Amino acid sequence: MNTNSTTIIDMNKVAIARSSGKMNAMKHLWLTAQADIVESLRARWFMVYAGIFGSIIVLLFVFGLTESRVMGFTGLSRLLITYIQLTMAILPIFVLITTVRSVAGDREAGIFEYMLSLPVSLSAWYWGKMCGRFTIIFLPVFVAMLIAVIAGVIKGAEVPWTIFLYYTGLLIVLSWCFLGIGMLISSLARSADVATGAAFVIWLLLIMFLDLILLGLLVQEGISMESSVAMSLANPLQVFRTAAMMLFDTQLVLLGPSAFVILDQFGAKGFLIFALIYPIIIGTLCAGIGYRVFKRSDLP
Amino acid sequence: MIQFQQLSKQFKKVQVLKNINLNINAGSRVALVGSNGAGKTTMIRCLLGEYNYDGHVSVDGLKPRDHRQQVLKRVGFVPQLPPPLKMPVGQLINFSASVCDADPDRMIHVAERLGLNVNEISSRPFLKLSGGQKQKLLISIALGRDTDILIMDEPAANLDPEARHIFFQLLAEKPEHTIMLISSHRLDEVASLVNRVIEMDQGKVVLDDHVEDLVELTSTLYCRLNLLKAEPAFAKSIKDWGFVDMAEGKVWEGVVAGPDRLRFLGVLSRYAGLIASIQMNDEEVSHHV
Repeated sequence: MNTNSTTIIDMNKVAIARSSGKMNAMKHLWLTAQADIVESLRARWFMVYAGIFGSIIVLLFVFGLTESRVMGFTGLSRLLITYIQLTMAILPIFVLITTVRSVAGDREAGIFEYMLSLPVSLSAWYWGKMCGRFTIIFLPVFVAMLIAVIAGVIKGAEVPWTIFLYYTGLLIVLSWCFLGIGMLISSLARSADVATGAAFVIWLLLIMFLDLILLGLLVQEGISMESSVAMSLANPLQVFRTAAMMLFDTQLVLLGPSAFVILDQFGAKGFLIFALIYPIIIGTLCAGIGYRVFKRSDLP
Repeated sequence: MIQFQQLSKQFKKVQVLKNINLNINAGSRVALVGSNGAGKTTMIRCLLGEYNYDGHVSVDGLKPRDHRQQVLKRVGFVPQLPPPLKMPVGQLINFSASVCDADPDRMIHVAERLGLNVNEISSRPFLKLSGGQKQKLLISIALGRDTDILIMDEPAANLDPEARHIFFQLLAEKPEHTIMLISSHRLDEVASLVNRVIEMDQGKVVLDDHVEDLVELTSTLYCRLNLLKAEPAFAKSIKDWGFVDMAEGKVWEGVVAGPDRLRFLGVLSRYAGLIASIQMNDEEVSHHV
């Protein structure tokens, strides 16, 4: 009887310790995220980053894009389509370079040495940094788009809510995906210079495999259409580009023959869902591998 | 107790630590000295659980790498170079206090004792503080909580004599079982703070000696200096130590912290030709007399 009650008390103690450990980990994660946000808000790269996306929106309004017409799209839809295309060109390289430079740079400068001498858990530190960085990357891009919508509403334009919501989703997954890749590079590279070089090479590789015309050539060389399209869709940049295109070109006329494979395999809706899930998986996978590397290697 | 057994660390082809064996008992105050590249910082990082290594490092049987939070909660660390943090001072204190489950007011209180007005600088980025302010803040974070292991890399290097005196008092206030590991390039900087000296060279321990020093961390010395003639450069240096001019720059009086006596004599040695006489008395003894 006594043994049983002691065991129950011990189990309760273990349960309480576990739950308090989890609460502590969450607290540390939040504190790290908060610290990273404050650090980033004061960094020059953030000023440039926020300035670029703010300027894009201003320029799109100034050049009267809401009044122009392309493929039947006018007003805010036209503006959002252009904005998302520009974002896809700029955001990945910006996220990659700034993430690897600041994370690897922090390590080189001795910030890791000091901050990791405090009793913060490594998982809370790593994932907290990732969450803080995600917030700081996503918010300016989203806020710029939101301002465009509010300005459009004030000017009396009709808001394309479906496009707006889907593009918001795309921006979330685009940011997460490249942030995950950036965190992996930062964990692997021991210096900011090596990390920057590696980030640039990865971005270049993704750009090289972006153009489906290049894949058209592969088809000419005898590779099956399905294989070449699968290769292209392994590239998150191509997935974003195709998904963004699909909202105003549902038949993907611009893609040529590869459109048939995509629509046959996924269907229009299926592809739009795939474009939201696949990059999240890539980003999380890369960040997860990055965490394992970080945890097992020398920290500073 | 801290144990290093057969500790080795290699970076690519360079072996930085070579089979280090050391035991540091509770209450030890250890000076870790050696030139650049001797392996002091690497050893400290192994102890902080920041590096992988060959061999064994433990704090009361716990490996710092595997039991990070349990071990680091007991450790106060002051690095040699302050980290270039952009976060405001107030947030750094709150962050450190929160992850250590400590009271930020205690850290602020220590900072104020060291002469740092935290309220004034709380919204200023840590990076923008002067070298001395950064050092004081890092010391406050390390000493303003319950720790029984202090690891400090040249902790007093950027402090003025007054702040150094308070710093020595703060060290003296720590419980007797506290382990202090103080790293420095020069033994004379830290000799009076420690009771054991470990010298490292090229990754090996080349000297491990116990030091008997009667100097109390809290002791002070009353000093009177007579000069052959007044000298502006001397006056500037001695005023930094809080000395008062008693006779048109030829007689100076002031108080020096006991553990700072070697450093103070080092300053005087630069003006040896000017000095007619030096009188130094233990303040307690002089009061009795």
